[in-house]
Amino acid sequence: MAARDALSAHPADPQSTHPMDRRRFLTALSAPAFAACDFKNGAPEFKGAVFGPAMALGHRLRNNDFPAPAETRNLDIAIVGGGVAGLSAAWRLAKRGIKTFRLFELEDALGGNSRAGSSAVTPYPWGAHYLPLPTRESVHVRALLADLGVLKSGIDSDSPVYDERAIVNGPQDRLYRNGLWQEGLLPRMVAPKELDQYKRFEELIERFKQSQDLFGRKPFAIPSLLASRDVRTTSLDATDMRRWLVSQGFDSPALHWYVDYACRDDYGSLSRDTSAWAGLHYFASREGRAKNADTHAVLTWPEGNGFLTRRTEEWLQERVAEPFSRNSLCAKLVTGRGFAEIDIFHADQNRSVRYRCKRVIWAAPSFVLARVWDNPPPPFRPAVADIQTVPWLVANLHLREPPADTGPAPLAWDNVLYNSNALGYVVATHQVLRVRPGATVLTYYWPHSGEAPAAARKRLFDTPWPEWIKAVLADLKRPHPDIAKILERIEIWRWGHGMPQPSPGFLNAPARAALANLKGPLVFAHSDLSGMSLFEEANYAGVRAADLA
Amino acid sequence: MRHALLFSVFVVASCGLAYELIAAALSSYVLGDSVTQFSTVIGTYLFAMGVGSWLSRYIERGLAIRFIQIEILVGVIGGFSAVILFLVFAHLSGPFRLVLYGLVFVTGMLVGLEIPLIMRILKNELAFKEVVSQVLTFDYLGALAVSILFPLLLAPHLGLMRTSMMFGLFNVLVALWAIALFGRDSGIVPAAAGQVERAAPMALPPSAASFLRAQCAIALLLLVGGFAFADKLTALAEEGIYADQIIYAESTPYQRIVVTRWRDDLRLHLNGNLQFSSRDEYRYHDALVHPALATLPGAKRVLILGGGDGLAAREVLRYPQIESITLVDLDRNMTNLFAKAPLLTALNQNALSSPKVKVLNQDALLWLEQNPDMFDLILIDFPDPSNFSLGKLYSSAFYRLLEKHLSATGLAVIQSTSPYYARKSFWCIVATLEDAGFRTAPYHAYVPSFGEWGYIIAGRGTFVPPAAFPVVPRSFDAPSLKALFEFPPDMARVPTEVNRLNNQVLVRYFEEEWRRVMR
Ligand SMILES: Cc1cc2nc3c(=O)[nH]c(=O)nc-3n(C[C@H](O)[C@H](O)[C@H](O)COP(=O)(O)OP(=O)(O)OC[C@H]3O[C@@H](n4cnc5c(N)ncnc54)[C@H](O)[C@@H]3O)c2cc1C
Repeated sequence: MAARDALSAHPADPQSTHPMDRRRFLTALSAPAFAACDFKNGAPEFKGAVFGPAMALGHRLRNNDFPAPAETRNLDIAIVGGGVAGLSAAWRLAKRGIKTFRLFELEDALGGNSRAGSSAVTPYPWGAHYLPLPTRESVHVRALLADLGVLKSGIDSDSPVYDERAIVNGPQDRLYRNGLWQEGLLPRMVAPKELDQYKRFEELIERFKQSQDLFGRKPFAIPSLLASRDVRTTSLDATDMRRWLVSQGFDSPALHWYVDYACRDDYGSLSRDTSAWAGLHYFASREGRAKNADTHAVLTWPEGNGFLTRRTEEWLQERVAEPFSRNSLCAKLVTGRGFAEIDIFHADQNRSVRYRCKRVIWAAPSFVLARVWDNPPPPFRPAVADIQTVPWLVANLHLREPPADTGPAPLAWDNVLYNSNALGYVVATHQVLRVRPGATVLTYYWPHSGEAPAAARKRLFDTPWPEWIKAVLADLKRPHPDIAKILERIEIWRWGHGMPQPSPGFLNAPARAALANLKGPLVFAHSDLSGMSLFEEANYAGVRAADLA
Repeated sequence: MRHALLFSVFVVASCGLAYELIAAALSSYVLGDSVTQFSTVIGTYLFAMGVGSWLSRYIERGLAIRFIQIEILVGVIGGFSAVILFLVFAHLSGPFRLVLYGLVFVTGMLVGLEIPLIMRILKNELAFKEVVSQVLTFDYLGALAVSILFPLLLAPHLGLMRTSMMFGLFNVLVALWAIALFGRDSGIVPAAAGQVERAAPMALPPSAASFLRAQCAIALLLLVGGFAFADKLTALAEEGIYADQIIYAESTPYQRIVVTRWRDDLRLHLNGNLQFSSRDEYRYHDALVHPALATLPGAKRVLILGGGDGLAAREVLRYPQIESITLVDLDRNMTNLFAKAPLLTALNQNALSSPKVKVLNQDALLWLEQNPDMFDLILIDFPDPSNFSLGKLYSSAFYRLLEKHLSATGLAVIQSTSPYYARKSFWCIVATLEDAGFRTAPYHAYVPSFGEWGYIIAGRGTFVPPAAFPVVPRSFDAPSLKALFEFPPDMARVPTEVNRLNNQVLVRYFEEEWRRVMR
């Protein structure tokens, strides 16, 4: 393995199709967020690279190491953060006819955790990759999807019609277990006793889905802010998901694996570290339907939810003059009576501007707010400090052809590994309408759960990244022994603060209240508001903030 | 000696289980329904072992010689079992089950003979309880080892043929080893302390040893050869599937193309499936082209998707008003073959070289998405929906895309598998076209090589069959055409789901229905 200069791995010009290449030229901000090398163990040679928000930037933010503002400008509404939440806030404002806002995003591209990359073969996700069919409570998600052309008709009905191309193509998922791929994610070939438990678990979930409290609220609504406050269900937050399973008499190892997988998939945390309320939310909240799809279908695109953020971005660009400032980092926030001042560092100009705003919609993570807010009320910082974020590693494998394996279930959209710390991979070209299987990109997801998030984060960044690439390949070689032979390039992305962990007690923790109660010149919009990092939650938080602002 | 024999029990047991697993895997591969295959094979095998054990009482003398001979026999029969089964399936489809259970029975019986023999050999050395405990322990350990290695390592990496040859080799090597053990001149085994050393009762006479060694050598030669030429043997098996002489065979990146000839009959097979026989392909292409095209006197532009053999194009070219034919077929090797090989161009009358025909070797789906052209007639001659990638070519999303390429009065004709053998599949395609907004006119024709075959004409209005044919088809005229649009009760419409990209139900229907036919 020979470490080479970053550029030589991508001999194309700096403006090459890969958006990440450009990150490297974002000089002022950081030490290289990008590095690359060749792997030559044996004949096949492939290239590796690493991406991710630069650590140096974090340090700079911590030390507030930015030039003093050169001027002060007035602004009606500022949105800080251009992920799903920030974009949803902007979309909601524009729909209400308010166009006097500006969205500031520190990266060179919008999208946040839902951002995507692209190659000559296909676009592919770097983070969020799917959206379950929206439920009836997700009115704003449905409205957004209708505006973007994904929801075709029946917006208020139980089963709307969605763009067929966005509905996950069959086969949807498969599981690698005991050396074979099976269809579906619930392990088959288990003891009859375990099958009984599957059935009982399903019945329990069905009961949660059907029930309502005195106000007609569902116990596990999505968005979760609309869920019932009935203590009979909210008290589930006191225990963890694993313990809850055991308390209900579930001891099937396969069922425990499945539930653990679900927690890791949605929250990046093991079932034993996840609030039972959050764990059950995964199963009981997603009951959206479509007229033209099976019940468990999801919406997905080659670039994952990056499709939605890109289309929202375009939608806004067509309607609002200059809605966005990219490469623009909020370094300081001061709130006053009826106004807030934010210092924005425009990295591309290497200068700071102070904006005096009537309203600030904060759509960046809560830990960043705690850092840059100069005069928060005293309980704010300690409350928010409780939120732990799980780091994630995402790898994109660029393959010359689809990977060969033992089957018998054929390559699906979501391919899950049974005995793995990682989740498995999704296939970017699965939704592409073509017959010939050809070059593709696999996106491999690995939440670093199971240890204290801060320690896991340190390990994620302290371990040299080529080691991570080796670990990813070692895991994938189990189902696909020959994968290195068809590998063109492998890139990893380290999400230091991937998702907040909904640990037991999160529902009633002071953090949620502290964020939800922000009013006046500063309202909070990031998905941290709910403590559950999901598209629907981010969208709701953004819309809610836009309506409060 | 004792340890060596116990080790051989381990090998013998693992080989036995391996043959059983190979037979079960092969039969579920060939016949489907793995639960039935595995349980009947395992049942037969265990029963045969019982028979073997019972028979062992009749072997009274020369235990060592018999043991070694049985070992060689198991090695050869078991080692070649996969090849034999494959060849039998390919060449004589009838007695496959007979041979399968026969082989399983014989190997089971031989293995069943061995364990009692070893026990009896050992009984001179060990107490009875020791013999039983140790032999059975190693027996089960061997089975455990193989049951783990087989699905994880052997089947995926070596394949069934090589795996069975390898275990055959193990058997023979055990035989060789046993010859060495029993044949040692001294033939002395250390006895328990205090006892007088005595000659091993099983020692082989030198002449027998060399005779057995020769048998081993032959068996080894056979098995090593089989192992090395496993690929060739697969090809041999393939030839059996095509009963006729192969005149062309090629593996392209997309499929395996095989052309065979028997007398004047040319046949094209793709991935082992018959595509046409030159004797009756006219019936297939008559039905695909003429009912629709005869109603389109103004048709000028035709699109053919699939159909790289040029036979549909040949029929279309008979209409003088046609100005251009665009033929999109993924496989360049296929269209080249049918544009150049004399025997084949004679069949399609050089259609692919006509100046009116433009051949594009592209993915039909990608091409339809990227190209804005409109057509008066679209003929769809895709392979049957036997896997998920092909299933996309029969989905509602695909038909919506197709609709965008059809001129106002244009028609599409879709070959839609057999409404007799795959009734649900056929009507599922009809339902899917209707879901995509088309009016449909389903019909069928008899093609002797295929049986009753189905087609669907799809358009924006109601289809009225032609009253006369400007170009005369061989297999029907206007009055007899009417019957093709009628479906007798055993092919009549059945309710089905719509085939969407999301559910891919057609692939499931198709697999279910054809599996039933193949059995
Ligand atoms: C690997 C991974 C996979 C995921 N998969 C899914 C999935 O499949 N489905 C799903 O629903 N959810 C998924 N998620 C959850 C995902 O986080 C949410 O869906 C959603 O994207 C969160 O959006 P957000 O706007 O709340 O937050 P973020 O995406 O975190 O957006 C915050 C934005 O603020 C910017 N920012 C930060 N600090 C500053 C500052 N000081 N100044 C200016 N801007 C700043 C950031 O750059 C970022 O763009 C996944 C998350 C990860 C990490």
